[in-house]
Amino acid sequence: MDFLTIIQILDSTIRLATPLLLACLAGLFSERSGIIDIGLEGKMLVSAFFSAAVAAMTGSVWIGLCAGIVSAVLFSLIHGLASITFKGDQLISGVAINFLASGMTVLIAQDWFSQGGRTPSLSGDARFDSLDWPGAVAMRDAFRAERAGDGDPTGLSAIYWDMISGHTILVYVALLAVPVSWYVLFRTRFGLRLRAVGENPAAVDTAGVSVVRLRYASILIAGLLTGLAGAYLSTGLAAGFVKDMTAGRGFIALAALIFAKWRPWYALWACLLFGLLEAVGNRYQNIELVGFELPVQFMQALPYILTVVILAGFVGRAIPPRAGGKPYVKER
Amino acid sequence: MNQATAPAIELKGISKAFGPVQANKDISIRVMPGTIHGIIGENGAGKSTLMSILYGFYKADSGEIFIHGNRTPIPDSQAAIAAGIGMVFQHFKLVENFTVLENVVLGAEEGGRLTPSLSKARKLLKQLSEEYELHVDPDALIQDLGVGMQQRVEILKALYRQADILILDEPTGVLTPAEADHLFRILEGLKREGKTIVLITHKLREIMEITDTVSVMRRGEMTATVKTAETSPEQLAELMVGRKVLLRVDKEPAQPGRVVLEVENLRVIDGKGVERVRGIDLQVRAGEILGVAGVAGNGQSELLEVLGGMRTGTGTIRVNGQEIDLTGKHSDARTRRKRGIAHVPEDRQREGLIMDYYAWENVGFGYHDDPEYNRGWLMNNDALRDDARRKIEKFDVRPADCWLTAKNFSGGNQQKIVIARELERNPDLLLVGQPTRGVDIGAIEFIHQQIVALRDAGKAVLLVSVELDEIMSLSDRIAVMFDGRIMGERLPSETDERELGLLMAGISDTEKPHDAAEVEQNLAHARGKVM
Repeated sequence: MDFLTIIQILDSTIRLATPLLLACLAGLFSERSGIIDIGLEGKMLVSAFFSAAVAAMTGSVWIGLCAGIVSAVLFSLIHGLASITFKGDQLISGVAINFLASGMTVLIAQDWFSQGGRTPSLSGDARFDSLDWPGAVAMRDAFRAERAGDGDPTGLSAIYWDMISGHTILVYVALLAVPVSWYVLFRTRFGLRLRAVGENPAAVDTAGVSVVRLRYASILIAGLLTGLAGAYLSTGLAAGFVKDMTAGRGFIALAALIFAKWRPWYALWACLLFGLLEAVGNRYQNIELVGFELPVQFMQALPYILTVVILAGFVGRAIPPRAGGKPYVKER
Repeated sequence: MNQATAPAIELKGISKAFGPVQANKDISIRVMPGTIHGIIGENGAGKSTLMSILYGFYKADSGEIFIHGNRTPIPDSQAAIAAGIGMVFQHFKLVENFTVLENVVLGAEEGGRLTPSLSKARKLLKQLSEEYELHVDPDALIQDLGVGMQQRVEILKALYRQADILILDEPTGVLTPAEADHLFRILEGLKREGKTIVLITHKLREIMEITDTVSVMRRGEMTATVKTAETSPEQLAELMVGRKVLLRVDKEPAQPGRVVLEVENLRVIDGKGVERVRGIDLQVRAGEILGVAGVAGNGQSELLEVLGGMRTGTGTIRVNGQEIDLTGKHSDARTRRKRGIAHVPEDRQREGLIMDYYAWENVGFGYHDDPEYNRGWLMNNDALRDDARRKIEKFDVRPADCWLTAKNFSGGNQQKIVIARELERNPDLLLVGQPTRGVDIGAIEFIHQQIVALRDAGKAVLLVSVELDEIMSLSDRIAVMFDGRIMGERLPSETDERELGLLMAGISDTEKPHDAAEVEQNLAHARGKVM
């Protein structure tokens, strides 16, 4: 494995980690306020569909992105209505959202496009283009020219032109969302109240702050972030929507959230780890380990296996927000 | 009192119903500024509901609120805070994994950024804690603080919001006598500064000790408001319950007989590997009540559970001279019952009853295999129900309906069901934990009488309670536990609350003058075991 391969794997790690990271931060805001959100998957899926569908119809990925975010936010509001306003069971509401998204997207796609539940392939302005950072293209060309000649370049410059530069805007948005989330949660009044409401809503209520409003705010943020995640899947990572394209990423994001102990920076590292596993699985279809050949299926199953291992509690005790999953009812 | 002074709080005609339950009926009350006003009543009399309405936690169905003479509608807590009202709830409303400072600031931040708010609060907090003897480390996490400290944080929260009316709901329920005294000193200080204090409690002693005026509530109604100096505990108790109540347990001196329970070097290690009981020796004789006192979490619960067969332990326990199996297959509660041990567990709702089962089913629990309840291999439910009806009548459970589920009874009546089940088996040894926790005065009197009657019938009783009053009045001998050990044994006639309080804080040499800081530190340690 040479240096360039490592860089390529890391490059694809970042791309694959992006939807996980956005979804994970969405879950973080939601769960920190006490609303358990297993509907991340469903929200990503509707957003993936609507952003791809609208982008295909209008030819503009930006309009598509907006449609995706709006759809995910609407789904968030359904969850909010069920679990905050009507004090229903948050798990059931989340499961319902996942089923609804899975069925609805395919049905509408078939009705609109008649391509077997897909959207048409996206190209040009209907997809997110990769952004080349200043000088990146020149560096890459220089590297290739050198290699084509007799030189043996180290490829150090690839860290810049391959790994850092050349992603779509949503990748950078996701990375930027980490420090922003940290600041909002831990350095602002809104964040203090949001964390408090996930721990002891009665404390917030008696302090004269609305529990309902805070929880809706966090749910809306989660909708926005899952909207970005879904849009990235269908218009950035892939070129169009296919049935169930989220492939359990919403659940992996939840596992990453537990792994990260509900903290933004840890969430970044957890999602990068999952992204790395997926990237390795994609790149090395078969790996030989001491005379034993690991089948491709094993490699591709790696992120899911890790999810199970993490959820089984091999990461030590993670203490979730104490009021998580419980609707707030004033007690006597 | 000056005629011109408007009352700090005046409630007029407040009513509030929760479904069919009328929690407050047309209540009017005036609280004068700069006084400590007590509100006393049994559980469920509507004290907390009334104060929650004043704090905007609930909305009254009808009635008006006046603060300092001005009509002030209080639709939510925000409005209450704005009107200068602060409330310390019975169950603290603190965020456990936040610091003291964060809890104080929460909801009263200045501006969107946290850092300036926090540093301003830190200064103010320092000032307040010096002014009112409310010392707390602003950077400590709530979960690391004892309950006494947590209560101070709640008071600081109210003061930080510039409250000049402070409502405290059952503030001493979780405190030791020494801590309660400290709290009262703080309240006196606040009163001197001109603050108005409303103290909700069901403890008569506190009312007599600290309040200026007292209002009595019964079944949702305000029955009387009197000057504390012009009343007596007996009169208040009668107003609360609606009939004459015996406050002292009326009992003959004990006549201890043979040793029934003998415990030697008992040790208990809990699920987390912490040693909760560290080598206890004790004896209980027939015809005596041994009271075990201590701050909650110092091993008393574990002691009771081991004796009752709910936990395993090491050491020797003999009942009537016969050794009891502590770890083997005969270490279960069922075998203990057969040996003549009855157990009224500390937490009736979790361990004493099944809340969704009928009263008659609950009365039979633990004795299901008794031949009188069985017909061959089938249960004889008729027999069980007849037996339950008899016990319910004898123990005055209200309502006397064996087809009600346990959760539909009040705390006192739930406890009577458990007591009826255990006492009617005529045990040699009764283990009883917190017999009157959350039980109102009338029922307390009855339960105490039953326990004393069992003693007088020549049975041994081991009583575990965190209520010192209860320990003092029921016990024939008192053992005080601290940190899994017995700090000392005293006779109720030869000790007082002060001495017991010191023992509870782990200070064995109670004759010597001691350092308040040391007591505090020991107490924090004792409390540490709770969490």
